[in-house]
Amino acid sequence: MKKYGKLIITSTIAGLLLIGCGRKTKSAEATFLTIKGSDTMVHLASNWAEAYMDAHPGIDISITGGGSGTGIAALLNGTTDICIASRKIKDKELTLAAEKGLQPNEIATARDGIAVVVHPANSLTTLSIEQIGKIYTGAYTNWKQLGGADQRIIVLSRESSSGTYVFFQKRVMKKKDYTRDAMLMPSTSAIIQSVSQDEGAIGYVGLAYASEAGNRIKVLIVKDGDKPAIKPSIKAVQAGDYAIARPLYFYTNGEPSGIVKQFIDYVLSDEGQNIVLETGYVPIN
Amino acid sequence: MTNWREKFIELLLIGAASASILIVLLIFLFLAKEAFPFVLDPGIKELLGSQWIPVSFKKEVFGILPLITGSLLVTALATIIMIPFGVLGAVYIAEIAIGRERAFLKPFIEIMAGIPSVVIGFFGLIILSPVLKKIFQLNTGLTALSGAILLALMAIPTVISISEDAIRSVPKSYKEASLALGASRLQTIFKVVVPAALPGIIAAVMLGIGRVVGETMVVLMVTGNAAKITFNPFESVRTMTATIAAEMGEVAFGSDHYQALFWVGIVLLSVTFGLNFIAQKVLTRYRMG
Repeated sequence: MKKYGKLIITSTIAGLLLIGCGRKTKSAEATFLTIKGSDTMVHLASNWAEAYMDAHPGIDISITGGGSGTGIAALLNGTTDICIASRKIKDKELTLAAEKGLQPNEIATARDGIAVVVHPANSLTTLSIEQIGKIYTGAYTNWKQLGGADQRIIVLSRESSSGTYVFFQKRVMKKKDYTRDAMLMPSTSAIIQSVSQDEGAIGYVGLAYASEAGNRIKVLIVKDGDKPAIKPSIKAVQAGDYAIARPLYFYTNGEPSGIVKQFIDYVLSDEGQNIVLETGYVPIN
Repeated sequence: MTNWREKFIELLLIGAASASILIVLLIFLFLAKEAFPFVLDPGIKELLGSQWIPVSFKKEVFGILPLITGSLLVTALATIIMIPFGVLGAVYIAEIAIGRERAFLKPFIEIMAGIPSVVIGFFGLIILSPVLKKIFQLNTGLTALSGAILLALMAIPTVISISEDAIRSVPKSYKEASLALGASRLQTIFKVVVPAALPGIIAAVMLGIGRVVGETMVVLMVTGNAAKITFNPFESVRTMTATIAAEMGEVAFGSDHYQALFWVGIVLLSVTFGLNFIAQKVLTRYRMG
């Protein structure tokens, strides 16, 4: 019997210790920060975080991707301090937040251009937004229909959990549905990989990824209505000339305070916005 | 006191042994609970549609048929590839290979079973699909066939190991009788040993298929994930597993989309459960016989 008695005492102590640990992590908010969401922004967010952690030793920032929707879900479930999102929060998600008594707070932190990319051997250089939309809805299925080679169009898209998927659908496809033939790729790098291999492929990727991929892919010049056709670049996005561009957001629960606020202030500072530029995105101002 | 202790330990062991049964039951219950509201609101008929459009500004559609046919196509192709390799491999290792060869082959096959699926998927994306694209002159290498080949690769070790067990447990007297009657070695193997081990081999293939149906990462990476109904191995397909993996993270808790994904999960679990159940039945009958 003695043995069991000891066991009970030990496990009680262990339990108490665990509870103690739980408390400790809560009050340790001041040194630990979690960021979750858009895959488009993960690279940018980690650059910010690294620079910030260098300047403020003792602060740890953890960043995970998964898609804007994943990030917002995490914010609503209280498992992240900051949600990074490449699209605006949806009405549905706002309703959910209200049910849980949360108030998502939106902060635009950078801008991003979406480059439409094709295989380098593709003879076309310019497409209008309307034409791109029709490719993605399935109205065009062969490059011949657009004045290119006689070749089936391989339509590549991000997964539906991606903020870019929804943004592209809204901005380029006029809210119509994607063609059933659209191949949904799990990551931006998978799109670049496919576009660089398949002659008939077309895909969309963030500007930073497109410039990083260099000659493996060709970035299309995009024409929006009657305006002059524009090649996507940081300058064109900043000037508002390039049509397929969007803000990148931080979402926090309520007004940010403490370490969250300090980090956001840093992100919006000149130094933080410089990192935006270095990473290949466009500063907000 | 000793008695009490014995009882306690016995209970503990029973608990440990039946934990997995309990967990499976709980998983089924959990899936059913999350999926059920779909029956009331959009109605179960929605699930039988031929289009899967979970994100739409117009109308979200949750027909799981394209996902089922996607899984079916990939699984069927993988099975066709895995049977000859798996069974012939097992025959060789069990009957023909000499001791040293076996000592060399067995560990390698087991290592193959342990390769993480992400690594196999990466291999498929970078090496296999471009090669297939070249060989078959395709528009893209991301097809049902690429997925099937990789899945077969992952299932073959299972098929070999279990088939080999089955072949080895064929009584020696069968072989001796066959050889004594003047049959050649090859005749003995294919006319006597393999038929005698057939139930075990079938069970092995079933378990292999179970693995293929449930595999996620590889198909997500190499099949292109276009949700359309096709039976062409050179087209892109979207499987049930890939759909759950890609969409579950994003989905709004409790929405129609969320419930539809749980239905996909139920279908998937039922299929793998059924396959394993049948395989177990076949195996036990054969062991008793």
